[in-house]
Amino acid sequence: MEKLLNELSSECQPAYGVECDVAKNAQVPENLKRSTPLGLPNIAENDLLRHFTNLSRKNYALSTVFYPLGSCTMKYNPLINERIARNDAFNNVHPYQPIETMQSVLEVMYELEKDLCEVAGMDNFSLQQAAGAHGEFAGLLVISKYFKSIKQKRRKIIVPDSAHGTNPASAHGTNPASAAFAGFEIVPLKSELDGSISLDKLKEVLTPEIATMMLTVPNTLGVFEKSITEISKLVHDNGSLLYYDGANLNAVMGIVRPGDMGFDVMHINLHKTFSTPHGGGGPGSGPIGVKSFLEPFLPVPRVEKKKDKYMLNYKKSKNIGKVKAFFGNFPVILKASAYVKALGGKGLKNVSEQAVLNANYMLAKFKDKVNVPAGNRCMHEFVLSPKTLFKNDVRTIDIAKRLLDYGYYAPTIYFPLIVDEAIMIEPTETESKETLDKFVNVVNKIILEESYQEPQKLKDAPINTPVRRLNEVDAARKPILKWD
Amino acid sequence: MNIPQDLLYTKTHEWVKIEGNKVKVGITDFAQHEITDVVHVELPEVGRDVKKEQPAAVIESVKSAFDIYAPVSGKIIETNNKVLGSPELVNNSPYEEGYLFAIEFSNEKELGDLLKADDYKKLI
Repeated sequence: MEKLLNELSSECQPAYGVECDVAKNAQVPENLKRSTPLGLPNIAENDLLRHFTNLSRKNYALSTVFYPLGSCTMKYNPLINERIARNDAFNNVHPYQPIETMQSVLEVMYELEKDLCEVAGMDNFSLQQAAGAHGEFAGLLVISKYFKSIKQKRRKIIVPDSAHGTNPASAHGTNPASAAFAGFEIVPLKSELDGSISLDKLKEVLTPEIATMMLTVPNTLGVFEKSITEISKLVHDNGSLLYYDGANLNAVMGIVRPGDMGFDVMHINLHKTFSTPHGGGGPGSGPIGVKSFLEPFLPVPRVEKKKDKYMLNYKKSKNIGKVKAFFGNFPVILKASAYVKALGGKGLKNVSEQAVLNANYMLAKFKDKVNVPAGNRCMHEFVLSPKTLFKNDVRTIDIAKRLLDYGYYAPTIYFPLIVDEAIMIEPTETESKETLDKFVNVVNKIILEESYQEPQKLKDAPINTPVRRLNEVDAARKPILKWD
Repeated sequence: MNIPQDLLYTKTHEWVKIEGNKVKVGITDFAQHEITDVVHVELPEVGRDVKKEQPAAVIESVKSAFDIYAPVSGKIIETNNKVLGSPELVNNSPYEEGYLFAIEFSNEKELGDLLKADDYKKLI
């Protein structure tokens, strides 16, 4: 394991002195003065360079390994888009400079809004939100303000398979969290075995207090919601709105549109479907789309076009306010925009087709050997439940840890919670057949051979990584939060 | 799976022990096994009024966070603060040292809605 800088520090190394920038005769009270040295590490420049280079080589990244993390859509992020985002013409723009001198920035946002509307079948988009959950929250605030404006008291939201007591959940954990944060009460709805919605059960929970129902299509089991038209009718007949969690939009682009399915509000994760980097390499971006009757409620500023000039409109009478400083995460918006423009409508459709094909190809190779609770077909991802194959106390966690030894990032495990010992795999459209074949063979080898012949190896895994298996429970119960 | 005969149960996997005009509440052995290692517990304040089937506490495991529902309406009169510092008690001793809170119930009739041990066994 790489040592920390403090551990590398040596008294023999030349220290790089930091000049004190406080005047010597400054009147600092004695009790506020430092009595001990600063404690900065002394490290030779060459050793410092090696330290950071060695650390960077330990990175697990999409650029080094296959990353089949179900639900997260870890597709290739075209490097050309990174270069475009670093272009000085955009990079040196300051949000406070005069509007007429940043027309290109506004044009990119205006155009992306139009393109997202086209893909999603919505009338307007706001690009302000900094993440998917931020989008959910803002979308729900729009719904809340809308019902206030028409003087209806609707304080409840249906979230399919939100956890009910200690019963398991399949919804994205962010759905109930966003709903609660936006001031709503959550009404759980138990889904069927393949994660789909039962119309009869839905009718039971559709009361006059329901503001909206949050739905992920395709769902977290990778199954398209076949009753979506009937669901939409039931929800709207009840005077409620329908919310689309766009986490899985990458499975249906160019094939069906949430707006046409009857959804009124939605968010898109640009860092999933539109190939911008995730999390640590992000930041994220979660634009929200609405039907035109909800446009007045979108956060400000709105980018508008008058004749040939782009402008920012802060004066929307019903808006929910600002949700993010300035224009949202503009570099992410720019990268997504480059992706959309490069692929075009046909290309985006091809993305979804290929993502679904890749997932089905892998599923077909697994299905005769490992139990697949949601059936033999899937959309862009699928969930395995190898529980019945396990002997010798082996569990899914051991399979995942062993995969690290083979140089893979482990798939999502134990999610959705409604599936026992779940392994959730999402290959994305950007992986080759060879990569998929190799991965399937390794997973099958671990489950069907190693777990029988060398169960202890699985229990001990990972063996080849810089640190061995970590104690998750102690990490949560007794976290060590500082170095000493 | 340990399902003591002398306790009552809910569909959401809480157990209930009647002691005079109060009930003690915790989660079942089945529930602790399903949610796996508990790492954090949030308990209600003593004196808070709770309603039947409304969230009263939160248990977080390495898997996820779970609401714990009040099995009956009433007032929280006691909480087991030991589980705050030692959440593993919920796993190791779900019916004894890992109990969560006690409610002074306000409507005795609600006790009739709870499940008997055999019915709970059928449920799981």
